[in-house]
Amino acid sequence: MGMRFDRVCVTKAAREILSEITLELTEHRIGVIGNNGSGKSTFLRLFNGLETPSSGTVRFGDTTDDLRRHVGFMFQNPDNQIVYPMVEEDLAFGLKSRKLPKAEVTERIERVLHDLSLTHLRDRLTHQLSGGEKQMVALAGVLVTKPDLICFDEPTTLLDLRNKMQFMRTLATLPQPAVVVSHDLDLLAGFDRILHIADGRIHADGRPEEVIPAYRALCEM
Amino acid sequence: MLTDLYISGDSPLHRARPAWKLVLLFLFCTLLFVVTHPVMLAIGLVTIALGYAVAGLGPRAAYTAIRPAFFVLAIIFAAQLWLETLWLAIYVTLRLFALLMAAALVTYTTRASEFTEGLLALLSRAPSWVPKAKIALAISLVWRFIPMIRAQFDEVREAQRARGLDRNMLALVVPLVVRTLKTADEVAEAITARSLD
Repeated sequence: MGMRFDRVCVTKAAREILSEITLELTEHRIGVIGNNGSGKSTFLRLFNGLETPSSGTVRFGDTTDDLRRHVGFMFQNPDNQIVYPMVEEDLAFGLKSRKLPKAEVTERIERVLHDLSLTHLRDRLTHQLSGGEKQMVALAGVLVTKPDLICFDEPTTLLDLRNKMQFMRTLATLPQPAVVVSHDLDLLAGFDRILHIADGRIHADGRPEEVIPAYRALCEM
Repeated sequence: MLTDLYISGDSPLHRARPAWKLVLLFLFCTLLFVVTHPVMLAIGLVTIALGYAVAGLGPRAAYTAIRPAFFVLAIIFAAQLWLETLWLAIYVTLRLFALLMAAALVTYTTRASEFTEGLLALLSRAPSWVPKAKIALAISLVWRFIPMIRAQFDEVREAQRARGLDRNMLALVVPLVVRTLKTADEVAEAITARSLD
């Protein structure tokens, strides 16, 4: 089961941001690259329903509804993604709207904190965490909802090298498929598929060893 | 007074139902305003001191809570001294001090999520058209974003200081407002992405 885009267009203020995107995405790790303003963030936001197509359809499996239930979304800046002052409270936030029993909420929080080795942060104030810790707490907030697919919007931009490497290790162990928009080509090098978006269209689509060198060459021109 | 300083603990105040704490805070503040007598103020101050002791909070926590308000308290004291008498200036300032300390005691001993639940409990009898959950979430967000906006202000002030503009109010306020509005947009989007409502 994966995402399917069928002739998807996004138009804003009479400007076409994405044009006629038709894709089927079933790979485990998919990277999205492109210059600033190319439309890659808009493309990613379609996955979770944050953006609605002006025409065409976006499906997860067979459904076009309730994409948010299936697709988790990690924003670039974890500071803006964490909405409660304490780690445990924030992790419970996404579960509240799912109307889960209290015992399951507690069990899921415990499990995700354990899986990401964050148990020691449970009672910490979120604004006192380091950048890397905030990123991991934001990821925990997504994982706790058990999404079928996770989207990452430039996840390493605000991280130092140590935290970036920790994030890459964590990403490699996630069982869910992931779609990652990034300018960090090292991060995407081991992925299964890379989409290069330019001027709102899929400019290249293939293995990283094909698409990334071509993108580099294009940027150096 | 709103602080971002929940201090975990297991005192009776920590365990008390948030809705009751809010009701008691409301009654306490109302009493201090309605009964304008020094004995009432003295009882109020002693009650607050006992409250901090019961919650296991020391003088340092109390000082941290009141420190940001010193400037405002000083202005109020000076204004009362100028317009009225020394006695009234002391009385009015101490009363405001008591109110702020009482509110800080509630926030010190109540998690934002518990506060939300307390608000929801108080709003449970409100008419159905009142967006109860949204009101409760909005209040919780205040808790979360006070330190963030404070940090943004520090960053803007640093940047403007580097340009020699740290005494220019416009140079401080405009970037701060723009950043705050942008942050608000992004947070709203994150809330949408994370919840199903």
